[in-house]
Amino acid sequence: MAKARVRTTEKAGATRRQVLRAGIAAAAVPLLLVRPARATPREMEAAIRAFTGGAEMRPGKVALDLPPLVENGNSVPVTVTVDHPMAPEDHVQAIALFNERNPQPNVAVFHLTPRAGRAAVSTRIRLGDSQKIVAIARLADGSYWSDEAEVIVTLPACVEN
Amino acid sequence: MARTLINIPKQTRRGEVIEIKTLIAHPMETGFRPLANGSLAPRDIINRLVCTYNGEEVFRADLFPAITANPYVAFTTVATESGEIALSWTDDRGQTQTETVAIKVE
Repeated sequence: MAKARVRTTEKAGATRRQVLRAGIAAAAVPLLLVRPARATPREMEAAIRAFTGGAEMRPGKVALDLPPLVENGNSVPVTVTVDHPMAPEDHVQAIALFNERNPQPNVAVFHLTPRAGRAAVSTRIRLGDSQKIVAIARLADGSYWSDEAEVIVTLPACVEN
Repeated sequence: MARTLINIPKQTRRGEVIEIKTLIAHPMETGFRPLANGSLAPRDIINRLVCTYNGEEVFRADLFPAITANPYVAFTTVATESGEIALSWTDDRGQTQTETVAIKVE
């Protein structure tokens, strides 16, 4: 009696494994077809070049503040501050944010004036995957400064359908 | 008219740097989300936010689909004089919504 029961469970286990394997394979195919193309690090570089016009960019001055580990990619708080005075002749003109692996590399461009008083902006962004985020500041003298951060996303945005 | 939330100090001292926090109710449809019939939901996002202080532009933001639904943007400005701070949001259909907030500077 006991022997027979063991045998049946073994048999059931084998079929279950097969069924699961087939199910995973079947589920993977439509997912790959439906998902839109992702941006690549090369696309991000192209978007950055479009913003800087190919000018040299130096690390420093910019502080990109966002959580290193994100649970929900649908809403990630981001703050960018630039350590630079906002005098009329010498100020931060623009702050741009870029990502590596969302469908599109651009996130936002903020245009500042000397009347901002301080170069600091905050917003909330969507992240489709764990990736690198880059913040770039353009100063009135035409120089570009950047900072970057790696983010790990446990539940990415845009996967619910 | 979408609901907005704007946080600006009502009263401040001249020369003070004040923080302006803004939020507007908007789905920010990315244009990358597949619908049940396999097509993609058409893109509809707020692509621009402009802030003017007594008619002079002090801040502008170009937004992309990577900004969350109900976009939140916070920035700073110097309180120069009493008057009105206006915020206008423009979406992909070209509709613009403008909200004004009075500020008192001593």
